[in-house]
Amino acid sequence: MRFIDYYEQKKSADEPPAGRFIVEALENFSADQQSESEIQQVRKSVLLENISEPAILIGMGTCGLANGANKVMEAIEKELEKHQISAKLIPVGCVGYCAKEVIVDIKRPGELRISYAQVKVTDVPALIESTLVKNEIYHEKLLGVYYPDGALMDENLPDINSIPFFRNQQKVVLANCGVIDPENIDAYLARGGYQALHKALITQSPDNVIQEVIDAGLRGRGGGGFPAGKKWHFARNTKADQKYLICNADEGDPGAFMDRAVLEGDPHRVVEGMIIAAYAIGASEGYVYCRAEYPLAIKRLEKTIAQAKEYGLLGEKIMGSDFSFNLKIKKGAGAFVCGEETALIHSIEGKRGMPRPRPPFPAVSGLFGKPTIINNVETLANIPALINNGAQWYTGIGTDNSKGTKIFALSGKIVNTGLVEVPMGVTLRKIIFDIGGGIPDGKKFKAVQIGGPSGGALPESVIDTPVDYESLKSVGAIMGSGGLVVMDESTCMVDLAKYFMTFIQSESCGKCIPCREGTKRLLEILERLTHSYKSERNPEEALLRFQGMMYLERLADVIKNTSLCGLGQTAANPVISTLRYFRAEYEAHLYDRKCPSGHCRELLTYFIDTSKCTGCTLCAIKCPENAIIGEKKGPHYIIDERCVRCDQCRVNCNYDAIYVR
Amino acid sequence: MELFKNYKEGDASSLIPMMQDVQDQYGYLPEEEMVKLARFTHLPVARIYGVASFYNQFRLRPLGKYVIRVCRGTACHVKGSLDILRILESELGIKAGETSKDLNFTIETVACIGACSIAPVIAINDEFHGGLTAKSLSKLVSRYKKMVQKERKQ
Repeated sequence: MRFIDYYEQKKSADEPPAGRFIVEALENFSADQQSESEIQQVRKSVLLENISEPAILIGMGTCGLANGANKVMEAIEKELEKHQISAKLIPVGCVGYCAKEVIVDIKRPGELRISYAQVKVTDVPALIESTLVKNEIYHEKLLGVYYPDGALMDENLPDINSIPFFRNQQKVVLANCGVIDPENIDAYLARGGYQALHKALITQSPDNVIQEVIDAGLRGRGGGGFPAGKKWHFARNTKADQKYLICNADEGDPGAFMDRAVLEGDPHRVVEGMIIAAYAIGASEGYVYCRAEYPLAIKRLEKTIAQAKEYGLLGEKIMGSDFSFNLKIKKGAGAFVCGEETALIHSIEGKRGMPRPRPPFPAVSGLFGKPTIINNVETLANIPALINNGAQWYTGIGTDNSKGTKIFALSGKIVNTGLVEVPMGVTLRKIIFDIGGGIPDGKKFKAVQIGGPSGGALPESVIDTPVDYESLKSVGAIMGSGGLVVMDESTCMVDLAKYFMTFIQSESCGKCIPCREGTKRLLEILERLTHSYKSERNPEEALLRFQGMMYLERLADVIKNTSLCGLGQTAANPVISTLRYFRAEYEAHLYDRKCPSGHCRELLTYFIDTSKCTGCTLCAIKCPENAIIGEKKGPHYIIDERCVRCDQCRVNCNYDAIYVR
Repeated sequence: MELFKNYKEGDASSLIPMMQDVQDQYGYLPEEEMVKLARFTHLPVARIYGVASFYNQFRLRPLGKYVIRVCRGTACHVKGSLDILRILESELGIKAGETSKDLNFTIETVACIGACSIAPVIAINDEFHGGLTAKSLSKLVSRYKKMVQKERKQ
């Protein structure tokens, strides 16, 4: 039975809407644990505390699906049918440990919830047989056990929270991700969801809510770090007949996927945060501006909004108060610049997503000329916990000027890729080496790119920097939205800068000249650095290469100081930061015409180690330019003049006989 | 006008969702549909074209049956997505942004799919393939090529 059905039965004409019931009832539960009322039983079954049949929870976020969660689920269904076991299959969001997907949790009635990792289709028969037929633990794939507070631990069964990946995290925003069924509002409610909304609507005035957020020191998680409460305060104090709230879920920053995971794993938290924010600023209409590249997130959001409406948590007179709020989804159409507030507004209005000068700030004149607040997904997802526990609790987490937790998306050359939530002030070293497990394949750490295309690459010498807005700025990076891309010694920093310039250059909206032309020129300079003499069309290129290098910093400075919007002002950051920390690498490209990391193909020379070559002729067959010669079963050689550095020979060699220098 | 029945005539703010609907229907934005859109929204056709050419999502040419989107996000780049793209281009004989003549394959690059933890990633239609290497990619491509051949025979 669902909560709403329970209340439908009891409803009499003069009682307030369903939403209020739920929250009041939930408040009573915590006070009176003794009574096993009917609703309490419903709640327990939603929380999987008293279930009559086994529950199987499968991580079905985008990363889970990409690792074959769909096929694993099919295989499980088949196995269950084979053994004639009836069990409840529940798709959940991402628990964050993407490197270990597909993660399958199994909970038998009256027992603990046990998590299994890296489950493949071929593991399913053994998994189901040992866990559900023989009632044993399938140790081969065991990840950990969810122990309830104060439960006795079994030495052989590790607590999931004691695993290094989880031990150093503090989950506030991600508390429900991967734990509950994101498409079931009851699951969110049973874990205390929408209680903050109730608290705000019934016991606090909008000004109280804003004051609470200001006191908590919550700063925007989208990158800029502007205090959220202050922004709300501006919008609140602007008089208008209509105000808007927009949730910015246009996560265009390459290397970041926090917002996607939150929307896929716990969409109700975002919606609750939005309703509270709308109440605080007095908005009656809201939009979620979500990337069209996130189809699953959009699907889940649609369901979430429909459920919230059904329960009376969206729409007219929410929870019996005088506050009404409606929410719509707008799909982005793929433009990085639409992460910028004014560009995003133009996009919702159906125009080209180009920024405009500020002021007037959107809080004064935004969407359709009305006061508009735009907050990032993670900022809004912080609100329910903040209101529930109060500003004092919130200020207890983090550093002096950066409060709360921050979610980071760990990716690149790192063992434990995934999503982590840590309190502000933790050092980057701790995130990369303790939680992330360091660099794979025994390679050395080189740099970490933080803040995406607007941020910077930080070398080992500064990775003891604590993550907070100011400290990161002082070392030449920004907090950004939370993408952490780790790079090892085989990554070329000039190539990285070139990569970001290619990205920025194609994403520049073209409105202002410094960004449109400047990034193009920056890219040209970087390209000249990575081209060899051979591919140069005229002899002046070599001179232009030196000239470009001389002007590189000045050009970066001009772009930074004269661009209109945030995209342009930060566009040169990857170049500035790599120049600051990896100047020697630029110089090697320029003077020695070598790529120290062995990445820039044109600057490499291919050789065949004749002692390893068996003369299998595979490389000669694969070579598109016939640059490899040699007798069958005899050593082969590469003619450098013909070689186009396509790398096909090295990739295809079965004897590792081809090396580069 | 069946396609626009959920929208109000003259509502310029719904332009992008309408264009998304048109693209869902046809796979791209045909010229005559853009003219119809302009009439419906009371906007100049140039404005529709301006919006269409601004956003990465909109295409002015028809797509192949299998759309291969190669992620060019930072994590994928660091893990060699450029090589993945090159291999795909040479295997299918088309460049990024192009569609094969038989309308079977299209290669597109996207800024970030958001599955950075399993980089390098490509998406074929809506199916994700992560952790690719040169070898696993070749296998994947030949699987799809075979599928295409089978369909042709039928």
